[in-house]
Amino acid sequence: MAVSTPLHASVDRSAERHPDRTAVENASGGEITYRNLAVLTDRVRDWLVRRGVGRGDRVGVYLGKSIDAVAAIFGTLKAGAAYIPVDPNAPPSRNAYILSDCCVKGLFVEDRFAGALGDENEVWSLPDVLLQLAGAGDGAPLAAALDRAGSDGPAPAASTVVSDPKDLAYILYTSGSTGRPKGVMLSHRNAVSCVDWCSETFEPSAKDRFSSHAPFHFDLSILDIYLPLKHGSTLVLIGSDVGKDPARLASVIEHRRLTVWYSTPSILSLLVQYGNLPGHDLSALRTVLFAGEVFPIAHLRALKEQLPHPRYFNLYGPTETNVCTFFEIPQTIAADRADPYPIGKTCSHLESLVVDETGAQAKNGEQGELCIRGPAVTEGYWNLPEQTEDVFLTDGGGRQWYRTGDLVVEASSGDYLFRGRRDRMVKKRGFRIELGEIEACLYRHPDINQAGVIATSGDEGVTIKAFVSSHSGQRLSVIALKGFCSQHLPLYMVPDRFSFHATLPTTSTDKIDYQGLKDLN
Amino acid sequence: MDQPIETKLKQYILEEFLVGEDPDELTNTTPLMTTGVLDSIGTLKLVTFLEEQFSITLEAHEASVDYLNTIENIAGLVRSKQLGTD
Repeated sequence: MAVSTPLHASVDRSAERHPDRTAVENASGGEITYRNLAVLTDRVRDWLVRRGVGRGDRVGVYLGKSIDAVAAIFGTLKAGAAYIPVDPNAPPSRNAYILSDCCVKGLFVEDRFAGALGDENEVWSLPDVLLQLAGAGDGAPLAAALDRAGSDGPAPAASTVVSDPKDLAYILYTSGSTGRPKGVMLSHRNAVSCVDWCSETFEPSAKDRFSSHAPFHFDLSILDIYLPLKHGSTLVLIGSDVGKDPARLASVIEHRRLTVWYSTPSILSLLVQYGNLPGHDLSALRTVLFAGEVFPIAHLRALKEQLPHPRYFNLYGPTETNVCTFFEIPQTIAADRADPYPIGKTCSHLESLVVDETGAQAKNGEQGELCIRGPAVTEGYWNLPEQTEDVFLTDGGGRQWYRTGDLVVEASSGDYLFRGRRDRMVKKRGFRIELGEIEACLYRHPDINQAGVIATSGDEGVTIKAFVSSHSGQRLSVIALKGFCSQHLPLYMVPDRFSFHATLPTTSTDKIDYQGLKDLN
Repeated sequence: MDQPIETKLKQYILEEFLVGEDPDELTNTTPLMTTGVLDSIGTLKLVTFLEEQFSITLEAHEASVDYLNTIENIAGLVRSKQLGTD
């Protein structure tokens, strides 16, 4: 697929076509038209360019979900730089690590986070190209901060950069098995090829109103942000507080007349259980997309019973490829169906291959690791050449494939069935978690001698269990350990359960014996 | 001595979110939401428990750190709700 358009061109193009249409709405209040979004993002671009930020640079976005954050992102892209969205709900120490790891040259940050960033990190200081916002919401805080910066000149500082397709557009940090988050580098070509596939498949129009439920550091946000703005549709931002409250979410879908919804199955399961969906008029909703984890069939069936009219799609793909396979859920789910639906067939812009443990193509119908190649596949991890090398496979013809780590079987229908992981990465409520990162955090605790973490799944989803032994042999306080973890890890990575042991089972090579931990469990 | 509401809350939180914890470590002023004991799903579960156990209804904004961060806060909220419905 020929990809020539930079990711950010959509805003100006839609502003020419639909200047007065609403580009972005904040579910908690505020909205901006395409014309005003084009103007605001030009101001961001000019500020960055005047401060020396351009192609090859990276800019951090440490803002709550808001019109201000959307404008900061597009302004950064217009300046030719890549944006690094960090999780406002994650510990400041983790975010400081991310921003220093990729050496951001500029940073947009809310006042409420800036203080903590300075306090908690002694090895990294805030960049000089710093725009501090009093808050984040309807775009006014960003405009006010630009006013204060006093950098507006009589003429634009620069025209919008026409990025090369290979230029980095953003880096999304995910959990890293070595104990630190790792940055997945995505180019304009990567993102645009995914968005273009979504255009063909879901056929959005300017009348559509898209949800943006996922946070911006999550790869679901790429479809959320760029697909509606490309088509002149309206993007409705749902902040993290409302986003986890099913009762308020159902009301947002109704009152904002959302037509396309995209989230993890966990959120849809919560909506089914706690959202009182039948009590809301959700007739505008035409398409429901979900991704990030397996959707338990009982909850999907209940959802389709409560909301029969939309089309439902299971999208699959790691951050490294974004959506790479998809499956449309049939109109009727058989009453006796117990297995989850397939992850489906490969998207038209990508190719797939299933390989066995030796890296050779798996025989038809045999389980193997799913590998993907094509324009949406990442170039690798920021500043981690060895890990990058490890995740690519070169076939006999010299072609490079990204190894997803996901084990699949190809059904006779040609659809892939997800079977599990070949490593220690788990998905909890759609969040990607390397159990090794949690262990590395526990080992930083001065009283912990050994730590092993496993994940189990049951009716309530995935439970993370930590097994620890202390230097003193004494039990430690669970409250204190959870508190310690929450200072270093996002809350969804804090173990649900702790158990204390004099010593943990080890293998003959003195590594933690995870099978032994499962037996202890 | 703890009031009955506090006792019920303490027992529920220990069983549901702090398996294996020494009960003495959980006091009426131990922070729960700001220290990783209660995450978003834990908060939803707690709200459901409060509504069923004490026959009250929480408003959306009350499922937050301002009202649910400690046993003391939660018990205060429950009492105010129970008074309000008398």
